Amino acid sequence: MQTPQSLSAIQQALSAGTLSCTDLVEHYLDRIETTRHLNIYIEVFAEEARRKARELDQKRQAGESTGRLAGMVLSIKDVICYKDHLVTAGSHILSGYRSLFSSTAVERILAEDAIIIGRVNCDEFAMGSTTETSCYGPTRNAADPDYIPGGSSGGSAVAVQAETCLASLGSDTGGSVRQPAAFCGVIGLKPTYGRISRHGLLAYGSSFDQIGILSHNTHDAALLLEIMAGPDDYDGTASRKPVPAYSEQLSFGRPARLAYFREAMEHPGLDPGIKAACEAWIEQARAQGHTVEPVEFPLLEYIIPTYYVLTTAEASSNLSRYDGIRYGYRSPNARNLLETYTRSRTEGFGAEVKRRIMLGAFVLSAGYYDAYYGKAQQARRLIRDATMKILDHYDFIFLPAAPGTAWRLNETVDDPLAMYLADIFTVQANLAGIPAIALPAGVHENGLPIGIQLMGKPFAEGELLGFAEELRS
Amino acid sequence: MVITENLVLKLEQLTRLELSPEEREHILEDLNKILGMVDQLNGLDTQGVEPLTYLNDEPIVLRPDEVQGEIDREAALSNAPDADGVHFRTPKVIE
Repeated sequence: MQTPQSLSAIQQALSAGTLSCTDLVEHYLDRIETTRHLNIYIEVFAEEARRKARELDQKRQAGESTGRLAGMVLSIKDVICYKDHLVTAGSHILSGYRSLFSSTAVERILAEDAIIIGRVNCDEFAMGSTTETSCYGPTRNAADPDYIPGGSSGGSAVAVQAETCLASLGSDTGGSVRQPAAFCGVIGLKPTYGRISRHGLLAYGSSFDQIGILSHNTHDAALLLEIMAGPDDYDGTASRKPVPAYSEQLSFGRPARLAYFREAMEHPGLDPGIKAACEAWIEQARAQGHTVEPVEFPLLEYIIPTYYVLTTAEASSNLSRYDGIRYGYRSPNARNLLETYTRSRTEGFGAEVKRRIMLGAFVLSAGYYDAYYGKAQQARRLIRDATMKILDHYDFIFLPAAPGTAWRLNETVDDPLAMYLADIFTVQANLAGIPAIALPAGVHENGLPIGIQLMGKPFAEGELLGFAEELRS
Repeated sequence: MVITENLVLKLEQLTRLELSPEEREHILEDLNKILGMVDQLNGLDTQGVEPLTYLNDEPIVLRPDEVQGEIDREAALSNAPDADGVHFRTPKVIE
């Protein structure tokens, strides 16, 4: 069986009777088996996926209606809670932790008959750009297994790339959906901050985190977004703005105005092959009648420092809950309560997480708070305002998704600065809270996928997806 | 060098983490490198700029103060590393 590439193809085949959900699930389980060497899945929910598929097939045979996601087989990143299932954020400190509830995103897709086939690998607590900091070992890029898939939602990206599921839910704090999507040649959508409830998403940087979607096509991303988005009693930061029927209006319908940053295209760290692909993309957009203009963005160099001060501060606060008392790993080597906290955290967290917790504690500590944390919050406002000002005049901002293609395993883990700088083009959307999408843009001469990125106005997911769809067709 | 060994020791205490001497040296170097990068922010004039704390433009609405999302005791204790059926158990607090 050829792996279907879209939900509409699957649903047509289901209606025509040429495919059953059971066939589909068995096919994906086979794909998961043959791609074991990529280390995508932490856990496969094989039996329950089969059971759910049988139920859906029986419903269809009985002439009963099924949900809008019938035939959608997904994987979820190991930071998204699913009732009665383990969720560990790729961390030893959550070993054995079974969620008592489902995230709002998961509840909403299950209510529409999606099948969740497993949970996939990621950087520990979503902190990383390579999926190498997971306690389960690295995930490998299906385009070349000697290369990283990007991160932190690397498992989600490869799960889609290697056709082990139709789509995957990831999370994006500074590019963790878009960068791996670009490195693996799939679509990665980070919605506006607050578009999808964060209830049941293990927290990293609460003012940055957003659940995102990795898929083969814009239609599937649009439908999943439509179903997951909207207000939620369990997340006060979830927006109450009405959710458009993204999947039904997938077009942009007029010539678009795009800006790109001269500073980004001339950035010394930008790979020449990526630059050429970006220029070709821009030329193609122009040939289709869209306006693409360079604008100045002198704040580019402040993006990474601002991002790392604020996210590490939020992380050090969010991760203080992991103390070995009520859940998760408890060190057997402690003799009293204080040692229980310290030993459990010391033995439970990996090096990158410790580094970020300590940096966060530093920027929040007395004597340094104003100089670092306060300063970065001010910088965030300047960056957001400057970004919004550009979006007052343009529909989208065009950027590379990353300065280069994927790199070899083990190449960066020990140089945090090099890894952080690789986020330069993705963190802006999280600092500003705006939606952004990574789209495949061909293959580099080194054989690895290239991705470009579009950022849009707040809550302009429909325009982003519609424009992406028009460009493709 | 903003970060000294003493400061790392203090951060270890604040974050309830304990580093080996090698790890401490390593993190000392990393943190100073990262802060060197962060110091670029000093080149940005933020005089009179209001810090950005909340990203949502929408006002925060409080839901009615009603009990919601309850779980029973068994579920609440189900993830505990050590429990006696009624309480979370911890090592001794006071010697």
